[in-house]
Amino acid sequence: MLSFILQRLVQAVPVVLLSTVAVFTLMRLIPGDPAQILAGPDATPESIAAIRTDMGLDQPLPVQYVFWLSHVAQGDLGKSVLSKMPVATVMAQRIPATLELALAAVVLTLLIAVPTGIIAAVRTDGIVDWLITSLNGVAIAVPGFWLGILGIIVFALVLGWLPPGGRGDWGRDPVQEFKFLLMPAFTLAIGSAASLSRLVKSSMIEVLYDDYVRTARAKGLSEQLVIVRHALRNALVPVITVMGLQFGRLLGGAVITESVFAWPGLGRLILDAIGNRDYLVVQAALLALVLIYITVNLLTDLAYGLIDPRIRVGQAAAN
Amino acid sequence: MGLFGMTVVLLFIGIALAAPLLAPYSPSEQFNGAELRPPSSTHLFGTDQLGRDLLSRIIFGTRASLTVGVLAVSMGATVGVLTGLLAGYLGGWIDALIMRTYDALLAFPGVLLAIAIVAVTGPGILNVAVAIAIAQMPADARLTRAIVLSQRERDYVLAARSLGASRGRIMARHVLPNTVPPLLVQLSLAMGVAVLAEAALSYLGLGTQPPTPSWGGMLSDSRPFLRQAAWYGIWPGVVLALLLIALNCLADALRHAFDPRRINVR
Repeated sequence: MLSFILQRLVQAVPVVLLSTVAVFTLMRLIPGDPAQILAGPDATPESIAAIRTDMGLDQPLPVQYVFWLSHVAQGDLGKSVLSKMPVATVMAQRIPATLELALAAVVLTLLIAVPTGIIAAVRTDGIVDWLITSLNGVAIAVPGFWLGILGIIVFALVLGWLPPGGRGDWGRDPVQEFKFLLMPAFTLAIGSAASLSRLVKSSMIEVLYDDYVRTARAKGLSEQLVIVRHALRNALVPVITVMGLQFGRLLGGAVITESVFAWPGLGRLILDAIGNRDYLVVQAALLALVLIYITVNLLTDLAYGLIDPRIRVGQAAAN
Repeated sequence: MGLFGMTVVLLFIGIALAAPLLAPYSPSEQFNGAELRPPSSTHLFGTDQLGRDLLSRIIFGTRASLTVGVLAVSMGATVGVLTGLLAGYLGGWIDALIMRTYDALLAFPGVLLAIAIVAVTGPGILNVAVAIAIAQMPADARLTRAIVLSQRERDYVLAARSLGASRGRIMARHVLPNTVPPLLVQLSLAMGVAVLAEAALSYLGLGTQPPTPSWGGMLSDSRPFLRQAAWYGIWPGVVLALLLIALNCLADALRHAFDPRRINVR
């Protein structure tokens, strides 16, 4: 087990390095003097020169990359052109909001997908299955940000049950914060929930025809016990992998959802920074999102190996 | 479902091509005193905050969505298939270089890569199409490479090689045609993703720029006015959802038609 974990960690290192190269390269592709760009439109010649020296911008690109990476590793992400605050401070204020939204979306995804997938599998070819399948098809196709707008119209403006946007404070008023979180999390989750529901259904159907399930039924166990105690655990194994991959979709979708609901997370930070040409913030926020995505993929991989011993054994045999 | 998808997609293509003939007004014509009016006989879908006819803007907005979709999918597929073919057939350092480059791109979740590229290149229809194409290339390349790897050692390829056919000829004449059926499914899915990405980027202000109408841009503009003009945030979304559902139905139908298990049973 330890060797499996170590192997996966070692495999993640080149992926992390490649992603830092990608983020670095993207920012260097912006036309113009990189020192001027990073210093901002109102920078003085002295501050431009300081950035040029500090980041080695007069050096060859590989040297610039190493300079930049060493600064990042020390937590020095530069200073925001707009707020004049350290980028690390700005990021620290925004990351928790995005993680809160993404995690809430993950929980909602599972709460919607698992029961609907099971019901559709157990009642295959019936009217309930048809309804769930149709709703899944529509939810996958319909743009999430438009569902968010519809949600604002119905639940905020017409019914007045939920706020149209913004974020509350768990410490001050948890109920109000929950209300702020519900619509954006649901908007973000709905597409993923529909995809996952399809997977739960097909995975469950496959498992329900397995011999050990037939044996459990033959022993006289109730259908409920057969599904929950025996079938569900095996049916959920591929679901965990896909859920990890879906997290990436959720992170990307969070950028748009945060814009619809004025949620103060990394996504809105990136958009504001792009608009204000605050490229150090764009760079840092992109890097943060990419690293979160890689970490979640790695954890999903490890979880998959933990749950299904064939993955670990298969890996060892291949080596 | 496939027939429904195909019919609706063709309908949208027809609307995009015949927009000047179908739209009751110019998309930029402003009717003073008619701002944020609800649907009526003169403005079937209502008007926006500048008094512009929503139906006309939605009709012309079809052009932005389909243009970006077609451009992005074509560019992404051209480069993706070519690089996937090279990586799969030639192998070695070429394969490693191409695939590691795509791995770096795949580290960006969802639409984030397209946003990052537009942050560098600036907004606009062409830049958005290029950004979406780059984001889609890895999927096309990986699929092509996987197919090529499975075909590379097949008898017909070995026979062509033994007859003295060049690598280029084998790749283009013999291997590439076998990638077409699964790629068609992939491209139809990619078209839906591209249309959605264009709408999302336009919503964020990074895509099609005003005054060129786009559905995403209209949804973004509607946000401050939802209380007094809910229809403004509904109609562009309905049309967008309809096109996306149709593209998904088409992709499902193609996947079903090209399913090797189904074909073998027949």
